[in-house]
Amino acid sequence: MNRYLSLNIGLAAVILLALVGAVVFGETILSAAQYGQALADPASGPGEVLWQGRAPRAVCALMVGAALGLAGAVLQGLLRNPLADPGVLGVSATAALGAAGAIVLGAAAIPGLVESAALIGAALAGLLLVAIAARVRAPEALILFGVALSSFAGALTALIFNLSPSPIASAEVMNWLLGSVQNRSWIDVAWVAPALAAAAVCAAGASPGLRMLTLGDEAARASGLSMGRMRVLALIAAAVAAGAAVAVAGVIGFVGLAAPHLVRAAVRGDPGRLLLPSALAGGLMLVLADLAARLMPTDQELKLGVFTALVGAPLFALIAWRAAREWRL
Amino acid sequence: MSTLLELDGVVARMGAATVLNGVSLSVGASELVALCGPNGAGKSSAIRAALGLTTLQDGVAKLGGEDVRRLAERERGMRAAYLPQERHIAWNLPALEVAALGAPFLAGGEALQRARAALDEVGAGHLAERGVAEMSGGERARVLLARALVVQAPLLLADEPIAGLDPDAQLLVLERLRARADAGGGVLVSLHDLTLAARIADRVVVLDAGRVVADAAPVEALAPDVLRSAFHLDGVWIAAPDGPLLAARRLP
Repeated sequence: MNRYLSLNIGLAAVILLALVGAVVFGETILSAAQYGQALADPASGPGEVLWQGRAPRAVCALMVGAALGLAGAVLQGLLRNPLADPGVLGVSATAALGAAGAIVLGAAAIPGLVESAALIGAALAGLLLVAIAARVRAPEALILFGVALSSFAGALTALIFNLSPSPIASAEVMNWLLGSVQNRSWIDVAWVAPALAAAAVCAAGASPGLRMLTLGDEAARASGLSMGRMRVLALIAAAVAAGAAVAVAGVIGFVGLAAPHLVRAAVRGDPGRLLLPSALAGGLMLVLADLAARLMPTDQELKLGVFTALVGAPLFALIAWRAAREWRL
Repeated sequence: MSTLLELDGVVARMGAATVLNGVSLSVGASELVALCGPNGAGKSSAIRAALGLTTLQDGVAKLGGEDVRRLAERERGMRAAYLPQERHIAWNLPALEVAALGAPFLAGGEALQRARAALDEVGAGHLAERGVAEMSGGERARVLLARALVVQAPLLLADEPIAGLDPDAQLLVLERLRARADAGGGVLVSLHDLTLAARIADRVVVLDAGRVVADAAPVEALAPDVLRSAFHLDGVWIAAPDGPLLAARRLP
């Protein structure tokens, strides 16, 4: 028990440090006097940079990462598969499709519309997955369905590119698909926070079921737990968390896949205990990744989604290699 | 004697095939019933039907006298423990945590205490902290048996619990199941080893092609004509010091 508590506290402490770092460091170099001014008067110039620029951006990265880490942990537990994540099940792709469609139709001018379209896309994917999960119990079938859904949503997004009349809209979609928390404000934080909270509540409700699923579907169904309810809760948690993440930051891959792996050994594999540290690890990853992307001396700022994929994919391959040896797969 | 499990005229399909074709059987308290039959006879299906895990085309499955389909999930879980044939454990949990999954409604400390006792009972106390992915198949089978023993249900349904185990582990598993029945519980266990079935069980139910072809005291149920028709064996029972012994050969 203590060991899990200290893991979570440790992660939270590191996150706090990372957030402080993300507020202190940035592309604009401030003097000590300016830092003092920012602390004394948040409405001052330096104060604006720190509290209206860097802080909401860092908190946004934290929440988006936490949502992805949570969604990944929930889906991996639900499907008993270490390769599951919102990307695999098509939730991210469907949310991205919704956003791309909204942008091309000119919705970007109205605040919140693109985000709503992304959430609606994720919700539709979630509903579809819930409906399928009620009929087929084999996790493989759900994964295959998710892969099909993901490909189809990707194809429709490509079609939007293809038919898009204006190159500006295409560029905007592209920009958005790459994933970023650039220029995010406290309003964006206010968007993602309640969704993350709702997802966390659902995930907590599903947690005993995810744990029992370790023994396989039939043993779980005979265990006395209401597995049908827990399955639905888990899918809602994953869809809401992933949808909110895509709505606010676009498509950021790899975090949902990798965050659970980073902490799985520390919770000794328990898919229920994995949820919180996985969310924390995902949040930490994105805060650090965003800070690194900001500090990178490139002319064009590196997009967060590009950065996580570039760093994450090889790292993930390494983790997978080690896990595979351990598991004698 | 109270009836813990009753199947009455159960018909179930798997795809186009009828896997249970009017199966009736029962298990009472303090009774260990062995379910025997060739591969594909419907042993696992019968166990799954009893737990309400399959859709029945006809007939009824009752746990503790009530239709399993009408029982709430939690109530069903409190009436029957299930040890599936499948021994895959998805994540590398320590044995103690796996065994504790048998008591999902108990507070953590109490569940762990029971899990520890159950692991000791199956001779796996020393494995408590070891991850199940780092275990041999036999060790994992013991841990899963412990998990089933942690469930405090009056009935235990075990689907081929000794498949793939060494002789010592086979006898240990059956000994634990026997102890469960001697302590007043009901046990239904599917077995391929007919000699062990005859030695351990109070009664043997023989399934063949989805039908019950014998339901009686072991040597009686596994009489030569049943061995011939259901198992395609030419066999005789020999009285040995430790109990009956089946000497059999394949029919030409």
